[in-house]
Formats: sequence, structure tokens, C-alpha cells
Amino acid sequence: MPEQDQNLLLEIKGLRTYFHLAEGVVHAVDGVDLKMHRKETLGIVGESGCGKSISAYSMLRLVPPPGKIEAGEILFYKTPKDGSTNQAEIVNLTKLDPNGSEIRNIRGNYISMVFQEPMTAMSPVRTVGQQIMEAIILHQKVSKEEARKQTIEMLRRVRMSNPERVIDDYPFQLSGGMRQRAVIAMALCCRPSLLIADEPTTALDVTTEAQILNLMRDLQDEFGMAIMYITHNLGVIAEMADNVAVMYMGRVVEQADVSTIFYNPLHPYTQGLHQSIPQLKDALSRKEHKRLDVIKGMVPDPYSRLKGCPFHPRCPKFIAGVCDEVEPRMVEPEPGHTVKCHLYG
Amino acid sequence: MSDQALTKEPLLEVIELKKYFPIRRGFFKRVVGQVKAVDNLSFFIREGETLGLVGESGCGKTTAGRSILRAIPPSSGKILFRDPTLGKVDVATLDQDQLIAVRRNMRMIFQDPYASLNPRMTLLDIVGAPLRAMKLASGKELEERVAEMLRRVGLRPEYMRRYPHAFSGGQRQRIGLARALAPNPKFIVCDEPVSALDVSVQAQILNLLQDLQVDLGLTYLFVAHDLSVVAHISDRVAVMYVGKMVELANTQELYTNPMHPYTEALMSAIPLPDPRKREKRVYLSGEVANPANPPSGCYFHPRCSYCVDICKSTEPAFEEVKPGHFVKCHRARELSLNGVAEILANR
Ligand SMILES: Nc1ncnc2c1ncn2[C@@H]1O[C@H](COP(=O)(O)OP(=O)(O)OP(=O)(O)O)[C@@H](O)[C@H]1O
Ligand SMILES: Nc1ncnc2c1ncn2[C@@H]1O[C@H](COP(=O)(O)OP(=O)(O)OP(=O)(O)O)[C@@H](O)[C@H]1O
Ligand SMILES: [Mg+2]
Ligand SMILES: [Mg+2]
Repeated sequence: MPEQDQNLLLEIKGLRTYFHLAEGVVHAVDGVDLKMHRKETLGIVGESGCGKSISAYSMLRLVPPPGKIEAGEILFYKTPKDGSTNQAEIVNLTKLDPNGSEIRNIRGNYISMVFQEPMTAMSPVRTVGQQIMEAIILHQKVSKEEARKQTIEMLRRVRMSNPERVIDDYPFQLSGGMRQRAVIAMALCCRPSLLIADEPTTALDVTTEAQILNLMRDLQDEFGMAIMYITHNLGVIAEMADNVAVMYMGRVVEQADVSTIFYNPLHPYTQGLHQSIPQLKDALSRKEHKRLDVIKGMVPDPYSRLKGCPFHPRCPKFIAGVCDEVEPRMVEPEPGHTVKCHLYG
Repeated sequence: MSDQALTKEPLLEVIELKKYFPIRRGFFKRVVGQVKAVDNLSFFIREGETLGLVGESGCGKTTAGRSILRAIPPSSGKILFRDPTLGKVDVATLDQDQLIAVRRNMRMIFQDPYASLNPRMTLLDIVGAPLRAMKLASGKELEERVAEMLRRVGLRPEYMRRYPHAFSGGQRQRIGLARALAPNPKFIVCDEPVSALDVSVQAQILNLLQDLQVDLGLTYLFVAHDLSVVAHISDRVAVMYVGKMVELANTQELYTNPMHPYTEALMSAIPLPDPRKREKRVYLSGEVANPANPPSGCYFHPRCSYCVDICKSTEPAFEEVKPGHFVKCHRARELSLNGVAEILANR
């Protein structure tokens, strides 16, 4: 191995997470490779069901049964939070006992996650405040009063109106976006080195969203947090991400810095995504029933594995005899820009 | 929507709708205040029309939608709905049997698919339940109908016997959509129906909603935070702020010529899919208003950059400033605010 990259935080190599069901095997994550550096914001986009959330669950070892990590490594470069040394300890997360103390110490404390659906992370029978305070006390050893103070402060920072009321509310008493922000507060209160944010702002209006993104960036500067930002909102990707990984059917099919993904996308799937965005300027000249462009076809049956490139049945640039025969390798047509497509070698 | 539809009479008319939630605290669960989640909402939706509804997180959009369907009892107000079989009814006062009948025609796509899908039911049961309960289909026919619904929302019919937990977020959202569409309703409250979908599947679902509207004359109340999506699908758009409507106009008018400062703030905060413009999003500063203890005068005044004395003391009326363009702002006639054209040009 070449000299170790000092700023490396996370390295995923050949990750495969499958669900063995009676009807067949769901290849939810099917060979994901990713790298993340400290303080980096990596955007992850991809079609609904392509394995973004299950990849994130795999990192935290929270894959629900009957899901199982079948292959691959997830290396987390853990540096102590007290700053006693800069020397990172390399932990292979796939090797940890999913119920053991080591992963529990990492979860929340080093890697925390904002779940796509807030109620997966919250208990319906305890108040918002109890749940956030518990997370603070678990990792920070502060008094109850101090934890309550920090909780109110954090709720205020996620733009909650009247945090003194919200802290004693139950999750069902909050709006969708308020629940989402409560979960963000919970994930941020322990100053993780890596925040996995899975569609964290889908219920937020644009002004609140702008402020939440700003808060994340502030905290990123404050304590050097890296963010893995999973979203389908390309506007948010454009605003937040340093680098972007595009996933399709359990794989990363293209990865580059954010400008390249927007101005010079190579993979036909990435190109198709850009064409499907509803354009704001259309609001100025409203045509009756203008239809949006869609990438034709349906995601293939998840049980049967396609021969060749997984995108070939829907690809406008499909080359018969090649794309339906051979799975493309990852190539690097320009430095730092990787793509899995036969058009590029 | 066609011009012909414009002249049609409203399918739904909401009059002075209120929904207050009591705040209870302490051992005796004493009521210490009220959250005025929806406070005096009046509007109508024409048959075959889509009314977009936008506003700050927590401003009462979901509560409004749920009260209209009486998924929660409204505190007061009228909800007049023209049901194809019952005729014109006030949903707020219907008895249980009539409510069940009317719910075939008024449906909801819930904002949180995870919390709204019963984890112990298969897709077949979830999507088929309304058909079964309303005795619209059973047996093989029911299964075929469910399969057809799943296909239309881009899910594979083979998934029919799976439980909701075995799906991704965006897949679950489409299960909720299939469930709402299954009994061929007249009116659907779509509460953030495409928020978890990637742009391509989102485009497919928006096209589907529009096709159904053309083919079957469906009417939508469409709640969403993505203003490009709202612009694309809506005929008119309503903007809410702390439980009240502050602006309402047809889509093009609202986006080119917003008249409420809050609407302008929303437009300036739209994230554009262009990394070169990443630094230029404008923020709305100031404290978020508390719906249990709203500010005096115009609720928006503490955050408004155009605020003058009268805004602090007197609540403005919701007035028709131009034909079809309603605004709740003292200065609506004198201010000239930036619309999407200016914002796109400036950023
Ligand atoms: N518990 C489960 N059992 C079986 N299959 C599952 C389970 N959970 C997820 N899957 C399948 O794994 C695939 C990947 O799901 P995942 O949740 O990672 O998608 P995603 O990329 O996050 O999509 P979305 O954008 O819709 O949230 C999907 O096809 C889904 O149906
Ligand atoms: N069951 C409930 N009990 C008490 N308060 C509630 C309840 N449901 C909603 N609220 C309160 O009513 C207000 C409006 O909530 P609502 O869910 O309607 O907002 P929303 O506009 O849909 O927001 P979002 O965009 O975040 O989904 C919020 O302050 C919320 O806390
Ligand atoms: Mg997901
Ligand atoms: Mg809501």
C-alpha cells in the first residue's frame, strides 16, 4: 500500500449486502466502493431503491434481518475525540459484533446518522427532550440540567419555534419537518466525526432547509465533521457536496467532484438524471400539461442479476453485444473522475 | 387544467377552518395553552384543479389536509365537498357511515410513509384494504387491481406479498400513493408525495398524477416544499405562514409577481441545481414564530425586511389585490418584490 493518506476517514471496498428472501436474493448493495476524507461532504444520489440507505445501515451495522453483509470491507479511520493523538486507529466495521460495545461506542459518538424516516430513530412514547438528553448523557457525562440546557439550545439551532415547548412534546405532536429537525439535533449533539444524513431535509421548506444546511456547515467547521449526504435533491447536492457518488442498482457507477458531475457527467444514467429535474424557469411560461422527461423503463427485477451493465436495458447509448454481455469495469477517464461504463473504455 | 375546468364550480370549499391543539403539561395534564395549527383557513378548489400548498415547516399544512379529510376533528369551520353520490356535504358534520362513504372519494397520501403503513400488513392488504372495505373488489379481481396500481406507481407486482419494511423510503412513498389511488377517488390531499423520490421516479409520478387528472378529472391539494415541483404541477398556489394563508394566486402570477414578503423569501431560498450558484441562497433571519403565542399585528413582521409601524400593531386583511391574487400584507400594493425571473437573473 502507498503511504497512508492522513486525512482519510472512511474507505468502503467491495461492499455487498444481500437480503435472502423466500422469493430470491435481493442484492441491495452489490459492490460499493467509496472513499471519504475528513471534513469532506460527499453527496450520494441514485434511483429509489438503489441501495443508498442499506449502504448507510451497513456502515453502522444496523442492517435489518434477514439482511447480511456478504463481502467487502468498511474501514473507519478513528482518531480519539479528546485529541490525544492524531494517529488513526483503523477499524474494519464489517468485522465488529453488531451488538458489541465497540460498534455502540462508534454509533452516535463517532458516526451518527439522520435516518430517512425520523420515526425509525425515535420512540413514540417518550418526549423529544428525553430522547435527545439521553443521547447527550450517554456520550458526554454531563448532569441532567446541563443536558436539558444543551437540548434546548440544539433545538433552537435547528430552527424549532418555541424549543421550551417542543422539548416536552411527544414526536406525534410535531410536524413532519419538526420531527426531522429533532432527529438532526439528536445526531449533531454528540459532535460526530462522520454524519450520515439520509434525506434529512425532505420535509423542510426551502428557507428552513437553507438554515439547516448552514448549521451543518458551521458544525463541520467547528469540529471537523465529515458529511455523507444522501439525497435526490440535486439543488441541495449542488449547494452542499464537495464530491458526488452516483449509485445505480447497488453499485457506484460514477464519482467525481460536484462541478464535474453537473457540467460533465459521463454515465448515461447521470446524464438522464439532469434531464428529469423540473425546471424552475418553466414556472414563468407555463405550458399546459408539460410532461417531464423520464429515464425510460423500470428498474429490473431485483432477484435476477442482469448480465453485463445493470443499466443497459434502459440506456439510450446501449451497445448490443457489449453492454448486455460484459460488466463494465471502473475506469478513470480523467483524474479524480471515475465511471463504470463501456463508452469510456 | 383546461379553460373549461376554470369555469367549473368548486369541488371543495373550506370555510374558516380552525384546528387548535391543547398543550398539556404537568402531572394533571393541565391545559397551559393552545397551538393554533390552522387558524381561519378559507379557500376552494375547482374540479380537476391542482392547488399547491407551501409554507414553513410547522405552519399547519398537514394539519389542514388532515382536518379536511377529518382524519382529525377540526375545531371549527365548514368543509363543503361535492360527493358524486352523497351530493354536497359538510365533511365536518358527517356521521360515521357517511364519512366512510365520502372517504372513497377523498383520500390522502401521508407525509410519513413509514408511520402510515401498517407493518403487519402485506402490500396486497394495504393497497387492497380500501377496495375491500368499500366492497369495490375482492378475490382475483382485487389482486389484479392491486397489481395494476403497483405497476402504475413503478413498483413490481411481484412485491405484493411483502411487508412495508422490506422497501426503501421512496418505494414506501409509492405504496402510500397506490393506496390512495386504488378506489378511484375524486380528490386527493397529496402531502409531500414525491419528497423521497429521485428526480427520474419523481418525474414519472408527477406525470402519472397529471395523466390521472386528465383522464379521470382528479382534483389535488398538493403540499410540497420543492417549489419547482409545485410550479410544475399546480394551477394555483397558496402560501401559508403560522396557520394562516398569506398569499394565493395562479402559479405563473405567484412565481413572477409575488406580493407577500414571505413568498419572496421562499423564492430567494430555492436551491438551484448549479454548483456555481451555491453561495447565493438568501436566508430568512429572525426567530421562527410560535403558533401558541404568535407575534402581534402581522405574524411575519419580526422577520420582515419591509416592516413598518402598522405591521406591528394591526393584522392585515387577506385581500384580493389583483383579480385572483390574494395577499395578506399592509404594503402589498406599494411593494415591488422579486419573483423567480429576478432571482434566477441575480443568482
Ligand atoms: N428488509 C428488507 N428486506 C428485503 N429487501 C429490502 C429490505 N430493505 C431494503 N430492501 C431492498 O433493498 C433495496 C435497497 O434499499 P435502500 O433502502 O437501500 O434504497 P435507497 O437507495 O435508500 O432508496 P430510496 O431513495 O427510495 O430511499 C431496495 O430494492 C429494497 O426493496
Ligand atoms: N397531534 C398534535 N398534537 C399537538 N400539536 C400538534 C399535533 N399535530 C401537529 N401539531 C402542531 O401543529 C403545528 C402544525 O403542524 P403541521 O404538521 O400541520 O405542520 P406542517 O405545515 O405540515 O409542517 P411540515 O412542513 O414540517 O410537515 C406544529 O406546531 C405542530 O407541533
Ligand atoms: Mg433510502
Ligand atoms: Mg407536514
